[in-house]
Amino acid sequence: MFAVRIHGRGGQGVVTAAELLSVAAFMEGRHAQAFPTFGSERSGAPVVSFCRFDDRPIRAREPIAEPDALLVQDPTLLHQVDLFAGLGADGYVLINTTRSLEALGISELADRLRAERLLTVPASELAREHVGRPLPNAALLGGFSALTGLLSIGSVAEAIRQRFGARVGEQNVAAAEAAFAHVEAQLREPSRA
Amino acid sequence: MPSGSLEQLEGSAAVARTVAGCRPEVIAAYPISPQTHIVEGLSDLVRTGELAPCEYLMVESEFAAMSACIGASATGARAYTATASQGLLYMAEALYNASGLGLPIVMTLANRAIGAPINIWNDHSDSMSQRDSGWVQLYAETNQEAADLHVQAFRLAEEISLPVMVCMDGFILTHAYEEVDVPRPEQVDEFLPAFAPRQVLDPDDPVTIGAMVGPEAFTEVKYLMHAKQMQALDLIPRIAAEFAETFDREAGGLVRGYRADDAETIVVALGSVLGTIEDVVDELRADGVSIGALGVKCFRPYPLEEVREALGGAERVVVLEKAFAVGAGGIVGQNVRLALAGLPVTVYDVVAGLGGRPITAKSLAGLLGDVLSDRLDPRPLHFLDLDRELVERELERQHAGGRPGPHAENMLRDLGIVAARSH
Repeated sequence: MFAVRIHGRGGQGVVTAAELLSVAAFMEGRHAQAFPTFGSERSGAPVVSFCRFDDRPIRAREPIAEPDALLVQDPTLLHQVDLFAGLGADGYVLINTTRSLEALGISELADRLRAERLLTVPASELAREHVGRPLPNAALLGGFSALTGLLSIGSVAEAIRQRFGARVGEQNVAAAEAAFAHVEAQLREPSRA
Repeated sequence: MPSGSLEQLEGSAAVARTVAGCRPEVIAAYPISPQTHIVEGLSDLVRTGELAPCEYLMVESEFAAMSACIGASATGARAYTATASQGLLYMAEALYNASGLGLPIVMTLANRAIGAPINIWNDHSDSMSQRDSGWVQLYAETNQEAADLHVQAFRLAEEISLPVMVCMDGFILTHAYEEVDVPRPEQVDEFLPAFAPRQVLDPDDPVTIGAMVGPEAFTEVKYLMHAKQMQALDLIPRIAAEFAETFDREAGGLVRGYRADDAETIVVALGSVLGTIEDVVDELRADGVSIGALGVKCFRPYPLEEVREALGGAERVVVLEKAFAVGAGGIVGQNVRLALAGLPVTVYDVVAGLGGRPITAKSLAGLLGDVLSDRLDPRPLHFLDLDRELVERELERQHAGGRPGPHAENMLRDLGIVAARSH
């Protein structure tokens, strides 16, 4: 079982991101489940969504308290919500930001996680460039593919295409591929190798 | 491994497409969370002509939705609606008319709590409040089963001329993306014959439906309602078996045991929480504990004999339920005790998952640990993960006299969810 928790704000496609991740995992022959938290789906309010995938059928339905990976769509949540609750020392974290971990004030987190599993990606900027709107979800999924190697960028791209249709789909796929390349490049840096 | 015609989709979408495959001729609904995506999906299918012939009525209330379904069904149309929570309560009077008249309407209930305090999240307070309304109540464990139960529901409703409610956990199932093999319309056609109404409002052969019945026959009409529900106890397993033959997968039935045959302790529940329970059962079995689970798939009619048969050999039964009778105790628990009358089985009633509180494997394992080591008193009603401190603080305020104010607001203030009064 691999469990992903996605944090963002209402309007950023947090729920859609988890759904797309589950579709990508399903395409690769896994059993997958995605679901949101509810009640605060106002634009701008903190929103959390979840995705599990496994080679066995998934029976659990509770929210993910101990994620294997965290996707942070909005870095302004870092000091507002307990984002990293339940994340183990081998957990993956991908944060949508142009700033460094030091500038974000989370150097402490960097000390407790593996360097090659705590990365940033300018997902909003990539989305603005490729989609024309700063919606970071598709780009973060591309980054997730590179960061974890658990789901191929091809499956992620196909899930995005199915959801958004021809034009917007290709734009989001371009953002996801750019994020994939960005994260891959970081992983090749000597300090993380 | 997922295979065949499985798709990864939202539970509501799976249900909407399955219902469309059952070819309802009239859908009358009023949107309410968490049912909304189901009726939006159906409205789209009617608008695009994929579901035709079908009249989609966007009514002004749930009372109107059920009233329109009653009218439609009485003219011989296959009728469907969906609702949740307060919407079901607003339908209540019409629910009794649908069942009393014996009209085979099918409804999806996206289970949600009932206010006050207002709460949009999942529990079973809504369906349990109408458990004695004369509707058959089936409970889905997964989105696959939710879809499949709708196909069975139309068949059951029309074969026995009774309305059927398919209960699926709001948000937990309705909004979850998971794999579903949506029943294909041609398979549904094979399984579900065209609706042949037993009574029909036909201008060429006029009858009235809904006579006033006095003391001379009221008891007898009501007796027949009960007798029909009892017949459904025979029909439901037969329909489930035929479904398995046609669709090559299991769904529905009256009860379903999980590692329960030789179990000393059995956990009883309805709906989607059974998955978590099965995970915990496997963990405990791995530690050598003799434990299993029993899913009650059909709560009305109540399969008393099947429950007695499934639980009679156990030493302890833990009923985990998402609703309770205020001032009385567990609802499913009372029904389980009735089934076990005279048998030396200890029954524990535990209320859990109210208003959307997650039922976690960890809490469940803790609860069962207490049961297995005799630390839990079987007499009182228990509330899983109850925040006793929060309750105590509010009780102190109420005892202090004066004007302590409303419970809900006081308790939210204690939790820091709403700000302290600024004046």
